[in-house]
Parts: sequence; C-alpha cells; structure tokens
Amino acid sequence: MAIASTGFRELRLDRMSRNFGSHNALKEISLTVQRGEFIALLGPSGCGKSTALNCLAGLLSLSGGAIWLDDRRIDTLKPEERGFGMVFQNYALFPHMDVRRNVGFGLQMHAVPRAEVQRRVDEALDVVRLASQAGKLPGQLSGGQQQRVAIARAIAVEPPLVLMDEPLSNLDAKLRLEMRAEIRRIHRLLGSATIYVTHDQDEALSLADRIVVLRDGAVRQVGTPQELYRRPLHADVAEFMGFRNALAGRLVAREGAGVAVDCGFAGPIHGQPVDIGDAAAGAGVTVAIRPADLVPAPDGPIEAVVSGIEYRGESYFGTATGPGGQELFFRADQPLAPGEAVRLGAPAERVLVYEGGGANG
Amino acid sequence: MADAAASSTTAPSTRRRPSLADRGLDGVTLLLLPAALFIVLLFVYPFLYGLVLSFMPKEGGWLGNYTRFFSDPYMYGTIWLTVRLALPVTVLNIALSVPIAMQVRHMTRQRLLTTILVLPITLGTVLVAEGLLNYLGPQGWLNRTLILFGLIDRPIRLVHNYWGVFISLVITGFPFTFLLTLSMISGIDPALEQAAATLGARARHRFAHIVFPLIVPGLAVTFCLAFVDAFSVFPSAVMLGAPAGETRVISFAAAQAAFEQYDYSYASAIAMIMALVQFGFVGLVLGLRGLFYKGPVGGGKG
Amino acid sequence: MNMDNVLEKLWKTAVWAFVILFVVNVVAMIATVVVNSFGTRWLNSWLPVAFTFRWYAAAWKEFQLGDVLTVTFQIAGAVVVLSALFGVPAAYALARRDFPGKPLVMVLFLLPLLVPPITFGVPLATVLYKVGLAGTMWGVIIANLVPTLPFTVILMIPFIEQIDPKVEAAARVFGAGTGRLFFHVLVPLLLPGLLAASLLAMVRTVSMFELTFLTAGPSSQTLVVALYYSVFAAGVRAGQSIDAMAVIYMMSTLIWLIIALRFVNPTQIVARVKKSPA
Repeated sequence: MAIASTGFRELRLDRMSRNFGSHNALKEISLTVQRGEFIALLGPSGCGKSTALNCLAGLLSLSGGAIWLDDRRIDTLKPEERGFGMVFQNYALFPHMDVRRNVGFGLQMHAVPRAEVQRRVDEALDVVRLASQAGKLPGQLSGGQQQRVAIARAIAVEPPLVLMDEPLSNLDAKLRLEMRAEIRRIHRLLGSATIYVTHDQDEALSLADRIVVLRDGAVRQVGTPQELYRRPLHADVAEFMGFRNALAGRLVAREGAGVAVDCGFAGPIHGQPVDIGDAAAGAGVTVAIRPADLVPAPDGPIEAVVSGIEYRGESYFGTATGPGGQELFFRADQPLAPGEAVRLGAPAERVLVYEGGGANG
Repeated sequence: MADAAASSTTAPSTRRRPSLADRGLDGVTLLLLPAALFIVLLFVYPFLYGLVLSFMPKEGGWLGNYTRFFSDPYMYGTIWLTVRLALPVTVLNIALSVPIAMQVRHMTRQRLLTTILVLPITLGTVLVAEGLLNYLGPQGWLNRTLILFGLIDRPIRLVHNYWGVFISLVITGFPFTFLLTLSMISGIDPALEQAAATLGARARHRFAHIVFPLIVPGLAVTFCLAFVDAFSVFPSAVMLGAPAGETRVISFAAAQAAFEQYDYSYASAIAMIMALVQFGFVGLVLGLRGLFYKGPVGGGKG
Repeated sequence: MNMDNVLEKLWKTAVWAFVILFVVNVVAMIATVVVNSFGTRWLNSWLPVAFTFRWYAAAWKEFQLGDVLTVTFQIAGAVVVLSALFGVPAAYALARRDFPGKPLVMVLFLLPLLVPPITFGVPLATVLYKVGLAGTMWGVIIANLVPTLPFTVILMIPFIEQIDPKVEAAARVFGAGTGRLFFHVLVPLLLPGLLAASLLAMVRTVSMFELTFLTAGPSSQTLVVALYYSVFAAGVRAGQSIDAMAVIYMMSTLIWLIIALRFVNPTQIVARVKKSPA
C-alpha cells in the first residue's frame, strides 16, 4: 500500500494552555508523541480533551505554551497550514460532494495533479474498504460508512498526525467494536501518529499505545494501557479506570511492600500502597478495589448486607452496604438474595491504597 | 343470528377504510378554516377578480388593456425602468450580504448589529425616503462631508433621480437579504468548515467549495424575495425619484391608472403584468436553483 | 503563505469598513430627520441655527396628528387582535396535524407574504371599492389582515411545535377539557411567542404603506400614509413639521420593535419566511 504518513520524529506539546475567559480549560499540558504512536486522550466530559485536540488542529488558539513538530513551531499556524488529518465526532462530511470528492478534497486543496488525486483517493477508499461507494453522497451512506469516508478523507493527504475526536460515539455497540479494529489496522498501515479523544476507557485500553488521562484540564497520568489498568497513580484516575469501590480508611500498619488499612470493617484490608509515600500509621487513605476483584469469601474482612444482585452471564454483579453505610460493588459466582449478610474480600495484590481519606463516589 | 349480528358490528371496525381522522383530518384541522377562508376570500379572490377584470376594458376587445399597455412606450417602458432599478439593487444587496454575513457570524454580540440593521426594515420605505431627501440633498450631510474631505467640488445630485431610489432600495433591501443570508450561513455546521481547514483549504477555498455551494439554493430564494420586493418599489420611487421620468416604475403606473384615471380594469391589467414579470424572474431563478444540492447542511448525524 | 494571510486580513478589514459605513449612513439619515424636526432654520450649514419644539406643535395641529394616531392604533390594534384570533388556531392545526394538502395550505399562507402588497393591493382595493368597504376603517383593517394574518400563522407555528404534545396529552389524561386545556396549558406556554408575533404584526401594520394607501379614505388614513401625502405635497408646508411627523411615526413603530426584540432574535423573524418555501 502506497499510502503512508509524512515523516517526522516527534510532536512535542510544551506547557500547552487554553483559557476561556477566566476558566482554564487546559492547564500547561506537556507531552511528547513519537511517530507511529497511538495516543488516547481519556477523561470525563468537560476534562479538556476536546479542547486539547482542537488546539492541536489549530481550530483553537493557545493561551500559553507551544506545539513543536520536530524543530518547527506550529501553534502559530492556521489549521490549513498544519497539514494534519482530523476525524470529527459527527464526521463533518461535505453533504454536497460525493464520496470521491470528499476524500479527494484535501489533495485538491494541496494542488495535487488530477491523476495523482484519482490514484490516492482510490487507495484511501481501498484502505477503508469503501471503493464500491465512491459515487454516493454522504446522505446515502450508513453511519459506519460515513465514518469510513471521514477516515479516508483524513488519511488521503498522508498527514503526519491524525486527530480523532470521539469518532465512534455516534455508532451502535456492534459497529463500534468493528470500527475499533479498523482504526487500529489503518493506524498500523499508515505509520502516522494518532491522537484519539474518548471518554470510553475500553476504547482507550484496546486502541492506544499510551493513554493520557485528563481531569479538569490537567494531565493526571500518562501510561500504557497495562499500567493504567493495573496501577492508576491517583485515586480519581483509579475511579475512572473502573475501581468503583473507594473506601475511606486509616493506615494501620506497613507489612513489607504492602499496607493494612482499617476501613471500619471486621478486619483490616490488605493492599498495595500507590502514592502514600512514607505516611505513618493513622493517616487517612482511600482503598480502591474493582468490583470484579471483590468476591464473597468466608474469611473476608468486609462484612456487608446485599442490597441488590443482577445476572451478568458468566457471573453475578452485586451491590451491598457496609456497617458504616459504605456502598460496595462486588462479583459473585452464586446468586445472593437481597438482605442476606455476606463477607467480601479481595486479593491484596489487586487492592490499591491512595493518600487522602475523602475520595469516594 | 347472534353470530351474524356480532360479525356485522366487528367487521367494519377491523376492515374499515381509513377514516378522515386517520389521514389527519379531525376537529383540530378545522381550526384552519377561518384563516384559510379569509385568505381565499381576500387574497385569491381579488387576484382572480383582478385577472378577469383586466380582460374587460372600458373600451376595445378583451385584450384591449394589454394591447393598450404594450403599444404605449410610456407604459411598457415602465417594465424596463423598474427592472433597471430592481435587478442591480438585488444583485448588489446579495453580493454585499454574503461576505458581511460570513464575518458577522463569528461575532459574539451579533444581536446589537442585527438590531441596528433591522431598523430600516421597520421604519419602512416612506420614512427612509423622507430621511434620504434631506440627507442626500445638495445641502445634506453626505454632500457636505464629501466636500469637506475634498472628494468632490460641488454637491452631486442624488435625489429626484435614479440614484436616490437606488440608494433607498439598498437601505431598505439590504437588511432583509443580510438577515436571510446570515441565518442561512449560521445554519451550516461549523465542523464542515473546520474539516475543510484541517484538509488545507484557506478561507477563500472554504467559501468557494463548502459554504457557497451549500447556500446557493437559499440565496436563490433570497434573490427572488428581494427582487420581487424591489420590483414593486413605490413610495420611494415617487418621493426620491423622478416619477414622471427615469424612475416611473410600474407600480406607480398602476396606482395612477387606479386613482387618477379611476380605470380599475386598466390598473388591474398593469398589476397582472407586474405579477407576470415577477413570476417570470422567480421561475427562472428557481429553475436554475434546481441544479444545486438542496439537502440538509447540518452535517452528518450530529 | 504569508501573502494569503495578509490578503485575508485586508479583506476582513474592507468588509468591516463597509458595515461601519452602512450603519453610519443609516444612523446619519435618521439623525437628519430628528435634527431637522427640532431645528429652527437649517440652510447651508452643518446644523440648524437654533433648536425648538414648535414644529411638533405645528405638525400636531396641521396634520391633525391626534386623529391620525388614534386611527392608526385603532387599525393596528384591530389587525393584531384579529390576526391572533384567527391565526393562532390555524397555526396550531398546521403545527400539530399532517393532512393531505397541507403543503398547499402552507403555500396559501405564504403567498400573501411573498407577493408584494402593491401587486395584490390594486385588485384588492378594486374589490373593496365594489363592496363599499374601501375608504372606511374596516376596509383598511381587512386589507392589512391579508398579509398580517399569514405572518402571525407562520410565526406561531414554530412556537407551537416547541410545546411537547405530551404536555397536552398529560393535561387531557388528568381530565382537562379542550377549553381548560387551551386556557390553562396552551395560552401560558404560548404567551411569549404570541406577544412577539403580536408586536411584530403591530410594527408591520403601522409601517404598511402600500395597502393602506390603496384602501384608505380621508378619515381612515394611518400615520405613514399621512406622511407620504405631506411629503408628496411638500412645498406648501415647512419641511421641519413634516420631519416632526416623521419622528412621531418613527417612535410609533420603534417602541413596538424594541419591545418585540426582547422576545425574539431578529434573524428568527426573517428566517421563518425563508425556510418554508425552500
């Protein structure tokens, strides 16, 4: 396949900031992206991830900091001078142009000779497997097909960087899984860098080489999907990554690399300290456990009363209330009746302990 | 017997033909009647009455009024005099509206500007004409300012001629075309232009390839509305122009026939000719419009 | 590349310069009228020699503005009330029901807005003369209703569409009859829209020259027609008192417009007219 991204070594965001009035939507974001990398910007809505993407594309100007592509400073350039490809959330296909003209638009703008445009449009359509729809208007295509056209349009100009703004959020669940695989395949094929904005952690985990977690306009953690899944560095990131049980407690003792925490249950909960440094016994901490790791165990430290149970195919998913009113989410292999008393426990290596006792919910 | 009775009562309800209510015609639809009746009675009927009346001239055969109109250069000349005013004004207003709307749509305090621009519409043609009589007159502020800056030596004549009417039509017509154009351009999904920008299209290319093709159908409608409006110019042509000479517009000819000669049949004929010319232009423009994309411009499944 | 950016800046500047020029000229034109109406003598100078109120008194007496204003607002008021009375039910039907021939009805309501008043005004006036209504107040009211009633209908449709039919259904489920539904549910919800439509209809009627001109008699002239006649027969009267009348006229439309603009955005007013025929 001849389609390939334009060469560059790295993209560097240097304390990139953006304010809207007095609101700091982006706070000094710094990040270096290597060629060929797939980066996911992950965060809840309003965290600044789309603002960051628009700043990269040049659709928003920076309030501070700089963006460098190798040795070239690009944040002062207009979007049309940057040469990045972008895929929009609602696809933004030109409704009055057929698929072929949509995909060829970028090439036409760069004054590429007609025959060359023809060839590269065909290639891009092959990549997204839409060659048979070339003559149709966007309005005649399904959502998934429109999405493919949007991707073909972005990659036809062979950009060094492809920006994607929640491209799958308008598709149904089945199509979303299909397109995920497509996006990954196309990314490999091009060898460009991709920056992908999403609020869906599954999407980020399955697609990205590295995930950047944003919250309130600031970077909370950068890491591989494995790192983020296993060991989020902060309690709020952990909660976003699926550690739904967040229990406030007090540090009881250190046990080698692990710690024991008293959360007001029958026994102490054992876990791995993440960011508590050398905090002494008695310090307030938060214990984070994934629902899938918290299971009924006869000798488990947490005694609770089941408040609800639902069947999830391979197992049951339950909610329970602790003696101090704590809300607990757990997994069970056998159905339990609401009102039933249960003891819950989790393997110490899957329990993470963060500083500060106030983080829950 | 019982079976027969039962089937005769259930059969119609299961196999009945779609009732009026199913097709949307129920009591609520009747609420339309008074208003619709009013329009038929006072818009459609007078129009048809005028049409029939125009074929019953005071003297001559049934086409008498029309042959009279088209054999008198002083009368048929009004068509050309009116087109000569209406067409350039309409084209100019649209040519001005599009670039201005392209800039204004990004403005945050749009409302203030649009309000100022709505003013001339509500003031109406009569007030604008009266204001321009003073403002454009030989002693008016415009001529004084131009002389002050040394752009002209002595006052230029801008009233009681073609240009006075032309300017008044721009002032009353521009806000209308502008607001229509602005609402059309604001209706285009901004992501379309952003997408074009990321693909390397400069502002003028984004306009030429994205915005313009998408607003052409709307512009055609705007053109029709604005043209029809300008074509029926009346008070300003009389007050600001030269109603006996170069701005003797067709509506003035119709009003004269009605109120000075009391020849309603002839006046109706002139009104019909006027309507015909308007419909001709509208038909032409809308026909051309059929060649362009007319679907939604809001973007994909946003 | 840089050349492109410079050209884009230049173009932007030129466009804004034109906007400012246009606004300045419109404002100056209006100011001319206002200044002249307060001026004593204004010849060959930037401003009048001195300022006075006497032209207003003169205009009031000379043009019988008291009577003219009364007539104007009687006519406008009647037009507004009748348009709302007939227009809102029609708009309700058009917003809520889909029936065969609906596009035709829409065209019926749009045509009087699109066809210039002078074109249908001449035959309309002829008919009104024939039935003896021309020259009377009712003649003027009827003529003005022809464009204003459809205007109200078209403007009210989106306001009614905004009201979720489920609200009405809910009211019915809780036992509200048609009358109570109308007065307790629809009217309060529609009030802002109705107010805007009425005010705009008011502005239209006060400033409607052509139809009033064609159908009015001496006792049923509105302000704008009186203004036209006074300008047309200028020379006999002082220009200042004509301008005084013009200022009074201006006020009589502007008040309603300013109130109306508190409820609707100016682009909405015109955008409605455009959307339907497309």
